[in-house]
Amino acid sequence: MATRSFDVDQFGTGAVLPVVTAPNPMLSTSCQPVSPTAAKTIQLAADLVATMAVSPGCVGLAANQLGADARVFSLDVTGHPKARTVHGALVLVNPEVVSASRKERAREGCMSVPDFTGDVRRASRLIIAGYLPGTGEPVEIETNAFEARAFLHELDHIDGLLFLDRVAGAHAIHPRQTYQ
Amino acid sequence: MSLKSGAPTSPPQERSGNSQPTLGCFCGVVSMWNMPLLAVTVVGHDRPGIVAEVTEAVSEVGGNLEDSSMTLLRGHFAMTLIADVPAGPEPLRVRLVDLAREDLSVSILALPQEPTGESGLLARLSVHGADRPGIVSTATATVARYGGNIVDLATRLGSEMYVLIAEVIFPANTDLVKINDELATVMNPLGVQASLQPDDEDLF
Repeated sequence: MATRSFDVDQFGTGAVLPVVTAPNPMLSTSCQPVSPTAAKTIQLAADLVATMAVSPGCVGLAANQLGADARVFSLDVTGHPKARTVHGALVLVNPEVVSASRKERAREGCMSVPDFTGDVRRASRLIIAGYLPGTGEPVEIETNAFEARAFLHELDHIDGLLFLDRVAGAHAIHPRQTYQ
Repeated sequence: MSLKSGAPTSPPQERSGNSQPTLGCFCGVVSMWNMPLLAVTVVGHDRPGIVAEVTEAVSEVGGNLEDSSMTLLRGHFAMTLIADVPAGPEPLRVRLVDLAREDLSVSILALPQEPTGESGLLARLSVHGADRPGIVSTATATVARYGGNIVDLATRLGSEMYVLIAEVIFPANTDLVKINDELATVMNPLGVQASLQPDDEDLF
């Protein structure tokens, strides 16, 4: 199990970019693998972290949500009440699921789908592998519960899938609540 | 077949001369030209193609299908759809006449726009136990006493079990523990279990 912290500050200052919303075709297109050490990837990592940080309630952001065709996403579930294992803020490049089990159902919303939420079954135990931007270091992360769900939600994004593609039945789509 | 176009404030018109709901008819058409939406309800004998035919009719009269819900209730087809039909209800009524000649009850009702996306505390109500009268009314009355608004509900009767699942939005800061205690008090005498759990949304 990976226990080291991932220092997202190494990426420097990222730009806060507008988040692409459905039905933009970028969100329905599988993203291409990229070099984790490329300057463009490092800048993208910084942009993802910066944009995620200023988006209230957002715990993850995929590259194609910022209009980039790259298998990269950022994630940070720190402080979320449903999180058990927490790896802090991180960016993963070219991620792949190693193993996933124990599916659980929960309601998800997404910055790219502002009008709806949906009930989605996802694995609550997960091992995911990928590369860190900048160093290109390969990592394998074992996690569970809410962080596992967040990883899988973002992984779906770079595979061109929205939570709408995985809802658990015809009555599992709901109008999104308005937050006060 | 009796088709009536009601006054702007009229309730849905029942089939003339028959107080019992009858399949294979238009139960009512209420025309309110200042209301942009039509609710089309179709209930009756199920067969393949009903959804396609109704939605094709909406499209052919220039309507835009908005929200819809369809399921089988004890084997009966049951669908309600909301459509924006600028031409009003009459062209759609004419287009659905053939469908209404089958074992299907079709009604069209004009509706005003309503806001969507309520705010508050989202919770899921689960009730299950041996079937008996009063389960749904007792559980939902308890929810209503605390200001809970049911936004989705399904009940199913199995061979012995009765199950209710509902999505409820309560005012913010509602004490779900207190409501759970009251649900136990009123539902346990009916021999059923009831629980109310937070069902909040997570933004990714």
